[in-house]
This record gives sequence, structure tokens and C-alpha cells, in this order.
Amino acid sequence: MKLELRGITKRFGAVLANDHLDITIPPGTIHAIVGENGAGKSTAMRIAYGFYTADSGTILVDDRVRDIRAPRDAIALGIGMVHQHFMLVRPMTVTENIVLGAEPGSAIALDLRKAAASIRALSEEFRLAVDPGAIVEDLSVGQQQRVELLKALYRRAGLLILDEPTAVLTPQEVAEFFAILRRMRDQGKTVIIITHKLSEVLAISDNVTVMRDGRVVGNLKTNETTAAELARLMVGRDVLLRVDKPPARPGATVLTVRDLSIAGREGARRLDNVSFDVRSGEIVGVAGVEGNGQTELIEALAGLLPESQVSGAMSFRGRDIRQLNARRRRDAGIAHVPEDRHRRGLLLEFSLSENAILGVHYRAPVVSGPGGVLLDLPAIQRRADLVIREFDVRPPNSSLPARALSGGNQQKLIIGREFELPPVLLLISQPTRGVDIGAIEFIHRKIVALRDSGCAILLVSAELEEVTALADRLIVLHNGRIAGEVDPARATHEEIGLLMTGGRS
Amino acid sequence: MKVLRDLRFPLIAVLCAFLVGAVIVVLVGDSPIETYRLLLGSAFSWPDGIGYTLFFATPLIFTGLAVAVALRGGLLNIGAEGQLYVAAFATAWIGITFANLPAVLLVPMCCVGGVAAGALWAAIPGILKARFGSHEVINTIMLNFVAVALVGYLTQYHYRIPGDPIMETAPIGSGAHIARLGAFIPGLPARIPLNVAFLLALLACWLVYVLLWKTKWGYEIRATGQNPAAAEYGGVSIRKEIVLTMAISGALAGMVGINEVLGYRYRYYDGFSDNYGFTGIAVALLGRNHPFGVIVAALLFAVLQRGGVPVDAFTQLVSKDIVLILQALVILFVAAEAMFRRPVGSRQSAVGSGQVAGGKI
Repeated sequence: MKLELRGITKRFGAVLANDHLDITIPPGTIHAIVGENGAGKSTAMRIAYGFYTADSGTILVDDRVRDIRAPRDAIALGIGMVHQHFMLVRPMTVTENIVLGAEPGSAIALDLRKAAASIRALSEEFRLAVDPGAIVEDLSVGQQQRVELLKALYRRAGLLILDEPTAVLTPQEVAEFFAILRRMRDQGKTVIIITHKLSEVLAISDNVTVMRDGRVVGNLKTNETTAAELARLMVGRDVLLRVDKPPARPGATVLTVRDLSIAGREGARRLDNVSFDVRSGEIVGVAGVEGNGQTELIEALAGLLPESQVSGAMSFRGRDIRQLNARRRRDAGIAHVPEDRHRRGLLLEFSLSENAILGVHYRAPVVSGPGGVLLDLPAIQRRADLVIREFDVRPPNSSLPARALSGGNQQKLIIGREFELPPVLLLISQPTRGVDIGAIEFIHRKIVALRDSGCAILLVSAELEEVTALADRLIVLHNGRIAGEVDPARATHEEIGLLMTGGRS
Repeated sequence: MKVLRDLRFPLIAVLCAFLVGAVIVVLVGDSPIETYRLLLGSAFSWPDGIGYTLFFATPLIFTGLAVAVALRGGLLNIGAEGQLYVAAFATAWIGITFANLPAVLLVPMCCVGGVAAGALWAAIPGILKARFGSHEVINTIMLNFVAVALVGYLTQYHYRIPGDPIMETAPIGSGAHIARLGAFIPGLPARIPLNVAFLLALLACWLVYVLLWKTKWGYEIRATGQNPAAAEYGGVSIRKEIVLTMAISGALAGMVGINEVLGYRYRYYDGFSDNYGFTGIAVALLGRNHPFGVIVAALLFAVLQRGGVPVDAFTQLVSKDIVLILQALVILFVAAEAMFRRPVGSRQSAVGSGQVAGGKI
């Protein structure tokens, strides 16, 4: 199936999300669309799928102009889309999920047996091994993704749009997934993949479209380009893709964790007897597929979990911190950049100034006056301006609500705030999630600089590239246990990937 | 002047309500101009109109503030009605029990006692939420019934003067009376019950403003209301904030007792509240949960309340129910504000979700 966007323009209020896009996707190819946050790539694909309608421009499917006003229209034309966050009903079976909205049988009788048979046929054709009778919530993330693919194929999609499909997969699962995509291409399907991982673009795609600021800035053949060229097109300038960092010079042990366990619901352990140390002047990385205890580890260390859930020893500079609440731990010098900036890190409706003092809002120099009750607005302003300046937060207007910033700038604001503590130990989770390449480079440099100034850093990231590039030592978590510790400079992604899946692939 | 900008939509809502109200008056067969002239004219006449309007506004400022503070802290306090009953009774009880104390002691005691009673009453659902996670809406509503029954029982069986046909307590000591504003303002007769509590209401608005936006405590209340998970991350104890916010809210609702008992009837009169606690929700909504907005909104509702009487008396066909209709319309239009805004709002959210889905680079 061939898809062509001609002169597509879409405006959201004052923002020009798509500016006269011309993209041609030849039939039977894998086509990557890359670009920074807000470059408009998702908007373009949502227009193709009928989520949005373009203000102007035309969509051609197999060289015929088509009017796609709703996903319904796109599905009828054979366009399928798999979202970054799966749209599955978790307590239902694979079959039930796949037929949802396209139920076979008559109006009153649902013929699931027939559906299961055709799903089996499909999964054999594309070698997408999934049991049609399995309950979705029992499946691994990789298997759930296959269900999403089957859902699109079941609706006879000739063209599949995949939004950030590899974000939740281990390296092994990615390899398997790519094999599936290639098979689909070889069977004549067209695949569009929206991604931000340049290595994957180079590995899987035939052609690549680069977008920046709502415009197409490059249509390239993948085998004629390089990661450096793609990054330059995306950002508009040369970008350092590697992290330049001198060897670590670790000092005294700052954080000691011994036999840390965290109870989850129904007796299950979210974290199981984890022990490690972090010394000043080093970055200890924690790798692992998301949901293997990283979140709980960081929250336990930051004092955000109820004491009753946590057992084991945590000591900070030789002092037991189990009894200390989040405020006391911060006072002691433990800064925390949370994994989810919207949930934990920011007060979205509050101004940048007010956000710049979250966590230190109760103490000097932020408060003044009798009893330290009144907020010292000039002092808050100074602190906010400092964070904004040092961390290049844009736009540099401290009275804007945090909501008004892009993801990258929100993240810089949080990191800047935490760096101003100043930290003795930094707990930092997913530091560059949803952040532009340019800002990633900036944040990585800041983290390394903080390490070199003697701070101890515990870094959690789902991005294997990131955690191996930044960490001086790397712990791999699987199922709440430490599956192994490796030297990130030497270990290959395959070795680490094997540990991430607990030794089985 | 962000406050003024924020009040733009409520103002439009009020205008819309009056327009629709006019249509209703026409349908009934009367003159909207005449009706509104009576309504507004009587509310703004001197001294009775203005005096009574401000007097009616006083409890609404307190309850509006109470609801607004709670909402800023992320809590919906539907129990202001019960809180103000308990507080008013406590105020009267102190005024009766310690009737012989001099004013300089008795007035502060009555005020503090009443406010404390309101705070404690409101703290109960706060504690239940903080400790057990039970929803404050349910518990504040239920405690309204408990409060009304409790003070009714105490009045009926313990504090009513034997033989008095009215459900009211004995009078409070004269030392507990607070001055009516007629004592200070020439031309304002003393029979108009507008009293010092009105000034106290304005002061309370200013104090709440300072608390919310100029102190670390207010920062924590607002942070908890805006995003509890982020507030917790910032070292705020969410449980403590819930109880504290409810107590402050209840204290403000409890100040209604000062106006009612110390400044107006000089005794506890059962069932005195004209739904002040519930109207407070509308006042807070219309005032956009801002203390200064609350003053404006309370005045509007007081104008409607005051103006209803002459409308009833001097028009042929329109009854004072027009006031209820106008109140209801105002609330409807305020609640429908999202409708006026939707075109802008949906675009913004579309951009937002686009960015989220745009994902990582």
C-alpha cells in the first residue's frame, strides 16, 4: 500500500504543528519518521489515521485522493496504527481484544471460535506467536505488542503505523520485533515506524523522513545516510552523540544499601534483597526492563514509600536513614529527579518560580520573617532565575505555568532545581525521557559534571544506550533482584539484555 | 490584576443568567426592567438596602471562603452547613455559660470557641480521609445531618428556656455582644443587624489570601491540592495537609456563628442558616476559589437575597422565586464555563497530547 501526504498543514492554536508536509511512503517498504519532540511527526501520522483532520492538504492512498475524517475511515482503507501505550483491555483474552470493534458473527451471537481460527492463521502467516485464548494481562510486553499487530492485521491493514514501538522492549525483543516487521514487509505490507532511536532507524528502515519544527527537512534512503547526519537534520546543528566523560575518581562510600526488600501487593516482592554501594564521584547505573523494581528502589531511597513496605538497611554517609521522611532526607542532601515529571516532579499549574522551590519551600533562603513562615518572593525569584539560567530553561519566564513548557524544558527545570539543593547523593530516574536530542546532550554533560564535583549518583534509565554511556558501574535488575553487575564500558548490549531478562531470552 | 481577568468568565455567566431571567419574566408576563429595578434598587438603597445586603453577604463570605480554601487544598467540603451550626451553638454556649465575664474576655472566648468547634467538626472527615482514605464528600454530607440533629437536641432538651415556644437557647451574656456598624456609621440605624462580623469577614479574606499565597503553609496546601504526588515528593505530609486544610475550612465556616450569635440574635436560634453552607459552594465556584472573588460573589448572592422581597411584594406576577431561578442560572452558567472555553481548551489539550504521543527523540 502506498501512502502519500501532500501539503498537509495543521495548526493547533498558535502552534503550527505541520507545515506543508510532503511525505511519500512507497509500498512494501519500512519507512522511519524521526524528529524531535513537537516536530510534528505524531501529528502527521494521526492525520493519516484520522485522529485529526488537516487544515489543508490531501492524503493519497494508492494514488487516489482519500478523505480520512476518523480512524474508522483509515481502517476501512487498510491503515492500522499501534500506539506507544497499548490500547488493550487487560482482563480480556487475546481473541476478544483483537475482534473488539470488528466482532464476527451476527448482531446477537458473537462467533469467537471463527475469530480464533483466523487469528491463528494470521499468527502463523507472520510468525507472531501468541495464544488466542491467553488473557492479555498475563502476557509479556513483547507479546502484548504482537497482539496489537495482530489487531491491525485482523482488520486487513495493508499499512501499519507504529508509534515508538521499541520503547518498552528488551534488546532481544527488539531483534525479534524487527524480524517480524521485515517479514511483514516481505509479505507486501507497508510499515511506518515513528522513533527516536537513530540506531534502530538505521537497522530496520528502507527510507527515512526527518522532521523539524513541523516541516520535512529530509527524505533520505537509509543506506545512504548516517546517524550523525540524521541527528544534525533533526536538531539543526551538529550533535555529540557520545557522552564524553573522563574516568571516575570515586571517593568515600555515600550510600550503602543492604538486603533491601519492598513488599508489593499480595505478598509479592517488588524488590528482593538488593545490596549495593554508591561512592562519591561515581555514577552507578541501574538497567532493566521497566517494572522490575527500579521505581520502588528509587522511591524507597527518597523516602516516598511507607516504612511498613520497606525492609533492610539503607545508610547515607554512615547514618541510618530508614526513619527519615522525604523532607529530612532532602535536608541531608539526597536530591531526587523522579521518573515521571508530570506525576511527581512538577506542579503543572504552578509557575516556574513556585516549581523551582518545591522541596526547599519551607526553609531559608526561600522563607523569611518571624518563625520562617512567609515566602521570600525576591529570594524565590532569584533561585528560579538561577535555575532557568544555569539550565537554559526556555522560555526564560519564571511566571509561566510549568504546563506551558516542552518536556525537555520541564525536565531541565526539575534537574536544575535538584542540582541547586546541592546534592551529596542524586537519585535520578529516566533523566532524558521525552527530551530532545539537544537537551539530552546538555543533561548528560550536567550529570557528568556533577559527578566530577564529587556527588554520588544513582541513575536509573530504561534506555540501555544512556545508562551504559553514563554509568561507571552498572547493576541490572530483573524481577526485583540484582541479576548481575557489569562494567558498562566492556559489556555488550546482548550480555546486558540477557541479564535484563533474567538469563533467558 | 490576574484576579480581575479570572473574574471575566463569572461576570459573563452572571450577565447570561440575568438575560435568561429576563426572558422568564417576560414569559410570565411582567416587565423585566421593572423587576430588575426593584431587585437591584432595593438592594442598593440607603441605609436598609445596603445594610441588609452586606449583612446577608457576611455568612456567605465565610462559607464561600471555607469552601474555597478546601478546594485549593484539593478537598470538597460540603459540610460547611454542619460546621457552622456546631460552631454557632458552641459560640452561644460559651456566651451563656460564662455570661458574667466582661466583654474583653467573653467576646474573644466566644469567637475562639466557636471557630475551634467548627475546625474540630471539619477535622473529623479530614482525619477519616487521612487515616482511612474515606471520601470527604460523603463524610461531610453525613456530618451535616449529625450536626443539625446534635445542636437541635442540645437546644431542645438542655438549653431552651422552659416554656419558650421557639427552638432557641437562652440569651448570651451582654458582655458577648459585638457592636453593630450603625454605632459607627452615621445614618445607619442600629436596628439593621450589620455588625463587626462583616469587617471580620473582609479581614478573613485578606488573611486567607496571605496564607495561601504568601506563606509556606499555603504553598503546601495549594501544592497538595494541585498534585498530591508532587507535594509528597517535595516533602509535604499529605495526611497532615488534609486534616489541616479541613480544619481551616471548618474554622472559616464556624465564623458564621460570630455574625449570627454575637452580632444579630444574641442567642442560638435553631435552624437559623438559610443554607449558607451550601450557597458557599456556589459562592466559591463563582469567585473562582479566590478570597477576593469570594467577596464579589457573596455580594451578588446577597443582593439577590435582599432584592427578592420587594420583587415579591411590588410586581403583579413575578414572585420572589425569581431569585432562586437567577441563583440557579448563575450556577449553571458558571458550571458551563468550560463550554465557553472549549474551543481554546481542546486545542491546547490536543497540542499537549500530540507532544506526549510525539514521544522521545
